[in-house]
Amino acid sequence: MSVTDVGNEARKGWMGLLARAPSARLAACLEAVGAMPGFDWLRVPEVGGVMVRGRMGGTGAPFNLGEMTVTRCALRLESGEVGHAYVQGRDKAHAERAALVDALMQGDRAGELRAAVLAPLQAAEAETRRARAARAATTKVDFFTMVRGEA
Amino acid sequence: MYVAVKGGERAIDAAHEWLAEERRGDRAVAELGLDQIREQMSLAVNRVMAEGSLYDPDLAALAIKQARGDLIEAIFLIRAYRTTLPRIGHSHPVDTGAMRCDRRISATFKDAPGGQVLGPTFDYTHRLLDFKLAADGALPEAPVGAPAEAPMPRITEFLNRDGLIQDELAGDETPPDMTRQPMEYPANRALRLQALTRGDEGFVLGMAYSTQRGYGRNHPFVGELRIGAVEVEMEVPELGFDICIGELVLTECETVNQFAGSKTEPPQFTRGYGLVFGQTERKAISMALVDRALRWQELGEDNLGAPAQDEEFVLAHADNIQASGFLEHIKLPHYVDFQSELELVRRMRAAAGDEMREAAE
Repeated sequence: MSVTDVGNEARKGWMGLLARAPSARLAACLEAVGAMPGFDWLRVPEVGGVMVRGRMGGTGAPFNLGEMTVTRCALRLESGEVGHAYVQGRDKAHAERAALVDALMQGDRAGELRAAVLAPLQAAEAETRRARAARAATTKVDFFTMVRGEA
Repeated sequence: MYVAVKGGERAIDAAHEWLAEERRGDRAVAELGLDQIREQMSLAVNRVMAEGSLYDPDLAALAIKQARGDLIEAIFLIRAYRTTLPRIGHSHPVDTGAMRCDRRISATFKDAPGGQVLGPTFDYTHRLLDFKLAADGALPEAPVGAPAEAPMPRITEFLNRDGLIQDELAGDETPPDMTRQPMEYPANRALRLQALTRGDEGFVLGMAYSTQRGYGRNHPFVGELRIGAVEVEMEVPELGFDICIGELVLTECETVNQFAGSKTEPPQFTRGYGLVFGQTERKAISMALVDRALRWQELGEDNLGAPAQDEEFVLAHADNIQASGFLEHIKLPHYVDFQSELELVRRMRAAAGDEMREAAE
């Protein structure tokens, strides 16, 4: 299967998940998958800055908010698939693992990778988000109105 | 007169070695880890990221440790590091409407859809020192409830629906970038917002406070304040589509301000906007007030001569790295400059003495 056979939407989904995942968690998931295939670098991991933009009033014209650190890389597996990564932070090993998974998700091992890496990362992210939302929910104000005593 | 300009290397080296020792403090006390600073001094980390204009909590924690807790020095370190980073590109504007809010309050609508969510706030604490924190107290777990399903629409959108608030015109023009081109005045609103969001919290707070005290009063209400995580997306040319590259915590404040109307606009509410890296609500509210004050011209308001209306005054003095650089350089050796001043004063005194003697004769 080639890159074009993979839906861009699905690929966007896993690339974002890999970018947001804590580096140590991704490393642990990949460890469980076992030996990784050999690859050649198309772009060695490089740390840089991305200028993040916002919108005036949240919905208006754009402005520059400030930069975030990002590490990117690209590699080609021995079997030919090309993997890319753009991940938040300065962790080159994180970018390498994300690019490896991106490449492997385009080949025969996609099912294995989905089960061993993407699914656990997805579940962990959902749980982290749920835990914060659950705490936020308890801080929601319940207003009550005092009825005036007019007999 | 020739003044020696060499020397001091040995003294400087010794000063830096002593600095390192002082930074460490009493070695009988455990050393701070970066993870401890990141997790337990998170609002300091947030401020350093916001004013350093670089979102990276680990780097901000390192800067705070290196700077011995001097946040402006830490911001300086981050700014210096930032200039070494190659610019990979820019993101799409973040969608703060889709923020996963830890906190979301409105001072204008009690029954806003999505509700008033207080989040982890200092508000309503009694500001009494908590001596339990001085001891190693066990921490009770925060209560958990059922996560809210309801969306949290923008408060200003309700007013907008009735045309009661000035519209924000969406656009996709490339905003100016003060990190790439020198500041020019008059600045447009995009440039002002960039300068304000990285501006010194104390300065922006002071400017905002001055408008509340009457120097360019603009009658603000906090229409909405939200703090939470947003995803950042950017277009990756080699892929040909957009991907999410990470997630940031931001604080957003929209103020709703009175506006009596002008020759071209009917009476309506107007907006001030604050958006800042991290959980930084004092800064975000301040930014929104100052943004609104600086909009007097485009809204056809009078120039009251208030400091907060003076764009160049505000923007040129909001940057604590520029300010402290210029301020602190005067402590560095100025021996030659001063020597010439000294000579000048001596000559003037001698001349004045001659004149006085001549007058007396």
